[in-house]
Amino acid sequence: MARPVQEVNAGSMADIAFLLLIFFLVTTTIDTDKGIAIKLPPMPEENQPQNDIRIKERNVLKVLVNANDMLLVDGEPTDIKELKRMTKDFIDNPTKNPDLSESPQKAIVSLKNDRGTSYNLYIQVHNELKAAYNELRDARSRLLYGRALEQLPESRQNEIKDYYRQVISEAEPEG
Amino acid sequence: MKLKKKEKPTPAISTASLPDIVFMLLFFFMVTTVMRETDLKVKVVVPQATEIQKLEKKSLVSYIHIGIPTEMYRAQFGTAPRIQLNDAFATPSMIAEFIDKERAARSEQEVPFLTTSIKADREVKMGIVTDVKQELRKANALKLNYSSSLRTEVY
Repeated sequence: MARPVQEVNAGSMADIAFLLLIFFLVTTTIDTDKGIAIKLPPMPEENQPQNDIRIKERNVLKVLVNANDMLLVDGEPTDIKELKRMTKDFIDNPTKNPDLSESPQKAIVSLKNDRGTSYNLYIQVHNELKAAYNELRDARSRLLYGRALEQLPESRQNEIKDYYRQVISEAEPEG
Repeated sequence: MKLKKKEKPTPAISTASLPDIVFMLLFFFMVTTVMRETDLKVKVVVPQATEIQKLEKKSLVSYIHIGIPTEMYRAQFGTAPRIQLNDAFATPSMIAEFIDKERAARSEQEVPFLTTSIKADREVKMGIVTDVKQELRKANALKLNYSSSLRTEVY
């Protein structure tokens, strides 16, 4: 008489799978890397002639950071907390101040730091400059379309981003 | 004919498919899990910022860590900030080679989307970061990300 084939008990399979599942759940790190994205300018080619495009003084916001982490904006000692407001005023120039930029498209922010500047402050400066642009873009989006920038279709978003084009020129530090 | 209401026993819910469901979840997590490949030899506490963006594709990011060596390595390497590429300490001049290797590991279409993420400690001075930036410019790796964590209060 043939013995009936004994069935493998699959009841504990779920337990084993659960155990493995919990292991992977715990070890998984969904840490998406976040940060401030910038694009570096390409290295100038060696035999490329120095093209000196003349830029009017008023269209450049000079931000200097020294080795003691002190900030100089257009020749005036400034606190980092003031930088965003000053940048926004400079780019948009709502009062048509002859010392500030002619139009948002012509505005250039020039950033120069020292080799002794702390990385933290450098990031804070970048952050404030970016915040200034982001706030201006958002304000324009709300003014024109009554919605936040992220809610606009991409073509409109690019339109606004072009209007407030972020131009940050970084000089190579000395010292 | 007598109609007698028969008490029906409530059928037990079959748990036979439970292992399948769990296995499906298990596979999902197994596939998405990325084990940390590199051991950090430098201490990195990234700065905080408000205007941060997520990096879209993790597979297209190469990391450069900058910070002071962890206690284990201090006797050997001192306390000056150092650069770590993959698993080893490096000098700025080794970055070009590192970028080349990262490019070679990807398909040709992916190369323009490669991003370099600088994970530098907030205490580090800009000198070493500038050296890294210059090397990246030389290597034509222009997409850069300064890794930062989210700060909630706004100036």
